[in-house]
Amino acid sequence: MMLKAENLNVYYGPIHAVKGVSFEVSEGEIVTLIGANGAGKSTTLKTVSGLMRSRGGSIEFMGRSISSTAPHKIVELGIAHVPEGRRVFTRMTVEENLDMGAFTAPVGGIESARERVFEQFPRLKERRRQIAGTLSGGEQQMLAMGRALMSTPRLLMLDEPSMGLAPILVEQVFDIIAALHKAGTTILLVEQNAEMALSIADRAYVMETGRITLSGTGKELAASEEVQKAYLGG
Amino acid sequence: MKFLAYLVSGISLGSIYAIIALGYTMVYGIAKMLNFAHGDVIMIGGYVSFLAAKNLGVPPLVSVLIAMAVCTVLGIVIEALAYRPLRSAPSLAVLITAIGVSYLLQNSALLIWGANPKAYTPVVSGTLQLFDGQLSISYISLLTVACCIVIMVALTLFTGRTKMGKAMRACSEDKGAAQLMGINVNRTISLTFAIGSALAAIAGALLCSFSPALMPTTGSMPGIKAFTAAVFGGIGSIPGAFLGGILLGVIEALARAYISTQLSNSIVFAVLIIVLLVRPAGLLGKYTQEKV
Repeated sequence: MMLKAENLNVYYGPIHAVKGVSFEVSEGEIVTLIGANGAGKSTTLKTVSGLMRSRGGSIEFMGRSISSTAPHKIVELGIAHVPEGRRVFTRMTVEENLDMGAFTAPVGGIESARERVFEQFPRLKERRRQIAGTLSGGEQQMLAMGRALMSTPRLLMLDEPSMGLAPILVEQVFDIIAALHKAGTTILLVEQNAEMALSIADRAYVMETGRITLSGTGKELAASEEVQKAYLGG
Repeated sequence: MKFLAYLVSGISLGSIYAIIALGYTMVYGIAKMLNFAHGDVIMIGGYVSFLAAKNLGVPPLVSVLIAMAVCTVLGIVIEALAYRPLRSAPSLAVLITAIGVSYLLQNSALLIWGANPKAYTPVVSGTLQLFDGQLSISYISLLTVACCIVIMVALTLFTGRTKMGKAMRACSEDKGAAQLMGINVNRTISLTFAIGSALAAIAGALLCSFSPALMPTTGSMPGIKAFTAAVFGGIGSIPGAFLGGILLGVIEALARAYISTQLSNSIVFAVLIIVLLVRPAGLLGKYTQEKV
């Protein structure tokens, strides 16, 4: 098992945001966490990358406990997290943003990592000298994903990559996710766009008010009555 | 010719403000806090270089290097002990702590070195005579301006070209995202304090070379003025600190010469208020616009 989280309990002050959540991701899978706004999906990702801490419970990555590892060390171990709202460095150029993504990479590998990212996102190559804050929302999402790929992660965590994007761009983003998966990257995807997420996921978990209420393969959940009603408008 | 002399003295005074302001602005940019103890680090730098020159008999340059080393360590220790535990505390708590550290440093200096002013030996002496002696510029003025320019260029290159410098800019914009890049935010903040404090030591030696009476309160007023300069130029901006410092020095020197010595400080702060009314982010400060 690549990533194994058990019994996560995360609080914002007195608010219990994630309540006893357990899930796993195997090497090579796309796993998605779907659910409504405020269900605790983003918090779960933040706990894996070390920005939030769980009270009790455990997180193992490649057989190693990371529940008290510093966030910058977790990146070194091979987990890259594209946060909600993209959070590119708006005052830096596209290229500088990418270089930050390669912060933990050995200096010699940066050039080749950058070329690889430019191949995946030709748009970023065109705009390499542009200040990131002046990119469109879709381009910023590409940049956030490209930046995360600069560290050549074993596990890529994406938080709402389709948020705020025009439908055509949403499709483009999902095509890229599918291509990354095909190329061998393991992906943990958080999405409100349940239909798109389930269509590409190997397995899925449904979160509701801090708990995982359903799990199964992407197909099973897409066909399930409960999911249809709550998330797919069926 | 007189005007030129005032201008030169303003620029050199402003260069000292600029060097101090760079420390304020870098720390603010990254830690989002006003380190009010920064002025007192200048004073400690002054004492250390004074004592190194006097007791160890080392040349001025070496005494300044020793002061830089001591202040660098001091800056890192202050950050680690006083500010790091408050990383997620409200900014008011951090501000009050910074004021507390300022008093701690001043009173420690008072205990150790006493209240009597020490006569600081300028790091360089002599003056350059120009236009048949009509305009004289002290070598310390020239050295100060040169130091300021070198520091400014070095910092610009550091933050623009190096990996750690870029990491600093990343932390200054979004610490959470910086952590997700694998940047150690605590170490980056430490580095910022180290650089700021080393600059404060240089400023201390230069300042005491201009006005040689070294006391535990030596750093307070220049510290506040430099903070003003940083806000004036746009806090968080390195070129802003430079511009703010120089302008503040020139305004102060000209106001002292042509209007009134007593009122010079009031005029400086009045100009600050007017600038902030017109441009709340300072001369070179900018609001970041984010695209959603």
